[in-house]
Amino acid sequence: MRYIEPHAHMVSRTTDDYEKLAIAGCEALCEPAFWAGFDRSSADGFHDYFRQLTEYEPKRAARFGIKHFCWLCINPKEADDPGFAREVMALIPDFIERENVLGIGEIGLNKNTRSELKIFEEHVQIALDYDLPVLIHTPHLEDKLKGTKLIIDSLASFSKLDRSKVIIDHVEEHTAGMVLDAGFWAGMTLYPESKCTPNRAIDILEIHGTERIWMNSACDWGVSDPMAVPKCALEMRRRKYTESQIAKIVYDNPLEFLRQSPRFDL
Amino acid sequence: MLSKKELLNLQFIDARARVIDLAAFLDRLERHEGVGDIRLEYFAKALQVLQENRPDRAKAVLEVFSDMTPEISETAPFQGATGAPVS
Ligand SMILES: [Zn+2]
Repeated sequence: MRYIEPHAHMVSRTTDDYEKLAIAGCEALCEPAFWAGFDRSSADGFHDYFRQLTEYEPKRAARFGIKHFCWLCINPKEADDPGFAREVMALIPDFIERENVLGIGEIGLNKNTRSELKIFEEHVQIALDYDLPVLIHTPHLEDKLKGTKLIIDSLASFSKLDRSKVIIDHVEEHTAGMVLDAGFWAGMTLYPESKCTPNRAIDILEIHGTERIWMNSACDWGVSDPMAVPKCALEMRRRKYTESQIAKIVYDNPLEFLRQSPRFDL
Repeated sequence: MLSKKELLNLQFIDARARVIDLAAFLDRLERHEGVGDIRLEYFAKALQVLQENRPDRAKAVLEVFSDMTPEISETAPFQGATGAPVS
């Protein structure tokens, strides 16, 4: 089964994981810039990270026939200090035209603070300036509902924003409806301990439909599973979904969203 | 879509195991020393939702565990999340 992994943090995964993804049928994967599990001490740390995302990871993926794309930003967790965040954002123009860069992400909120919101909005403006898509992270656990509402409210102030070029990720049962109703794309993240299980993700598809929605593993340095998307496809099969219904979620939909970026090609 | 019967055949054992796990978790808490905290109150509320006759229990449980305060602080008072609004 061919599929696209639209959200994976391969800098924290082994080369063996690339092999597993390739064996499972992954044709392309997209890596949003994120918090690497520790706070970086300087903007230089991000400079190296952006090089890793745009130079090193595409080569590592190519060894397994997988196309690697990325998104750039300073993640919301490290964006709570606006001065530092702006230093990192000043690096983005040097990298934004590189051939595997899709857009701005994963921006968003972490602890739902005014500082995070300010930096979130400045990122959205960068995406508008370059006419690129946006990938948005929503907060974890108890902070998700409030953070998702704040993000949707904040995006309402960008009158020029094309909502079909914005995906709000990590939705669950309490946030999927508001994201889709507002005209954005929704991403479901399959995590073993938080976010969605395969069965809950399939339930969300049954409740909210299969338009403007994708699923991803968001595999990173934490407890996560790079095989989560093919495993969810297997669960869909067990629940008697047809191959074309499965392909719509794991291939056609990500393709439809991602090809809005001029640099995404398969 | 699968029928109710087909879904039970596919998932009943798994759901049964999860309910027993929850029961054992509560027993374990009971046996152990010390005092719990507000997370247990949210947990009890979530368990009540399971007994309600409604089509959106998962959403309602997630809402029980969500921060519903309207205030927005300037910067984060602490990092991380605990799974329930504890502060
Ligand atoms: Zn991520």
